[in-house]
Amino acid sequence: MASGDIDVAYVAKLARIALTPAEVERLGAQLGTLLEYVSTLERLPVSDVAATAQVIPSTNVTREDVVRPSLPRDVVLASAPQRQGSYFRVPRIAGEPS
Amino acid sequence: MSDLLDATAREIARAVAERKVSALEMAEAAIARVHARDGAVGAFLTRTEDLAREQARRVDARLADGETLPLAGVPVALKDNMCLSETRTTCASRILEHWIAPYTGTAVQRLLRAGALPVGKANLDEFAMGSSCENSALGVTRNPWDLGRVPGGSSGGSVAAVASGMATIALGSDTGGSIREPAAFCGVVGFKPTYGRVSRYGLIAFASSLDQIGPITKTIEDAALVYEAIAGVDPMDATTVARSVETVLDGLREDLRGLRVGIVREFDLAKLEPDVRAVYEQAYRDLERLGAELVEVSLPTADYGVATYYLIAPAECSSNLARFDGMRYGLRVEQADVGATYEATRAAGFGDEVKRRILIGTHALSSGYYDAYYVRAQKARTLIARDFEKAFAACDVIACPAASSAAFEFNAKSDPVSMYLMDYYTIPMSLAGVPSLSVPCGYVTPAGARGPLPLGLELTTPLFTERALLGIAHAYERGTQHGKHHAPPSLESAL
Repeated sequence: MASGDIDVAYVAKLARIALTPAEVERLGAQLGTLLEYVSTLERLPVSDVAATAQVIPSTNVTREDVVRPSLPRDVVLASAPQRQGSYFRVPRIAGEPS
Repeated sequence: MSDLLDATAREIARAVAERKVSALEMAEAAIARVHARDGAVGAFLTRTEDLAREQARRVDARLADGETLPLAGVPVALKDNMCLSETRTTCASRILEHWIAPYTGTAVQRLLRAGALPVGKANLDEFAMGSSCENSALGVTRNPWDLGRVPGGSSGGSVAAVASGMATIALGSDTGGSIREPAAFCGVVGFKPTYGRVSRYGLIAFASSLDQIGPITKTIEDAALVYEAIAGVDPMDATTVARSVETVLDGLREDLRGLRVGIVREFDLAKLEPDVRAVYEQAYRDLERLGAELVEVSLPTADYGVATYYLIAPAECSSNLARFDGMRYGLRVEQADVGATYEATRAAGFGDEVKRRILIGTHALSSGYYDAYYVRAQKARTLIARDFEKAFAACDVIACPAASSAAFEFNAKSDPVSMYLMDYYTIPMSLAGVPSLSVPCGYVTPAGARGPLPLGLELTTPLFTERALLGIAHAYERGTQHGKHHAPPSLESAL
């Protein structure tokens, strides 16, 4: 675990957040401090320890596969930033056909 | 009616059930109180007056039909990360500033079914990320004990609403201390049940393996009342636990005889300010006076709690908050193409703290770092949970401070890590999933404070032992009466 080692501009790209150069600098310094702090975990001997994702023992929670009423379409579409008829309108995700 | 607003939920529900007062009268009194006081406190992001009246009429009709409603006519504040149908639900974030929830979450639904009246959606740190409520993008909440100080966080609006008498009960959510620390700062009871006891359906997710809804109340008895109303398995949340919920109201104790209270060796009170330390030393003596035996226990990995938490919670948050992309709901900042739209939307919609956590989480989960950060933290979590198991072999309940100080002034914690350390005493319990609560335990008057500020004693018991925990806390509350020694300074109006 390399403490303070974070390429903020790259991580922001992965997280889909546009950052200004000033933000990269400010957040980068803060995150560096935090990573240094969490690097104290290196001192814990964990090689023989199983990871815990969730503390409550429960496995394979299933339900009957039956059709149930969903939220009304118009209620859900009312939240859409843009809608077109009964669809969400979103920016183009594919290029022009070539 | 306004006198009844200062009563407990138990007393209000009884008066309403006996038709000494109608639910509608309670709603009007609470609405008037919010008008008079919320200008100074700022607990609410949205007031739900029409809903409170509508619900009150339904409650009165159901009582007339002979129904028994355990929370009849009790005004409730809902943390604004919980969905309430047809109501603005913001998470105190610009990205959801105008979002109207299309459904009601399970815990809220159960409270309404029990007869509670929703008076408003309460402020929080954006997406419940913070310990002072200062990370809200939509409003400032002040501590009713001293308006120059923070209410704590992230459930700051919920605790401030109860402490200032605008709501009798509130729902908060606790991921690393977000119910218990603010409850301590505002002199109320804040209770985080075992992970999986209360459905998270309709709670906008921050860190799914840690998030838990719980009651914020004036008394332990009220916390038990609310817990009985909201706990239990829910088909809409597969992480709710199928085992039956024990009744808790009939388990409230009057003394602590025969109990062993664990005092954690690593939580050395000498690290605290002398006046804060004196309050906790007295609290431990009070536990003994009430019949408990104090035993020393050890949580050797507790010191690693904050570091573990600030990898696991941001990792889960970075995944959960990926859904806020401006496509189907919430803010959209339209750009030339979809990628640029995502990036501009999230840049404009999230505040600094949320960005920090998404970035740290994305980093911890990214290729090349996953094992070193995320998996290592999950292993540390195993050790922390094991520590609690070992400690509970030697004691029935652990007692410790809920926070290392009383409420601090605005802008007092400028660097993120010093704010994160505010949750030093609450995070280990969250990582272990165990039930834990804060109950008022005394007061300090730091230099510059307007008057006494409350402190909270944190009590914690093993997984699924809410009945024991609330019983013990009730005996401590009854035996010390701290909640009755002081009240927040009167807030502008006598209403």
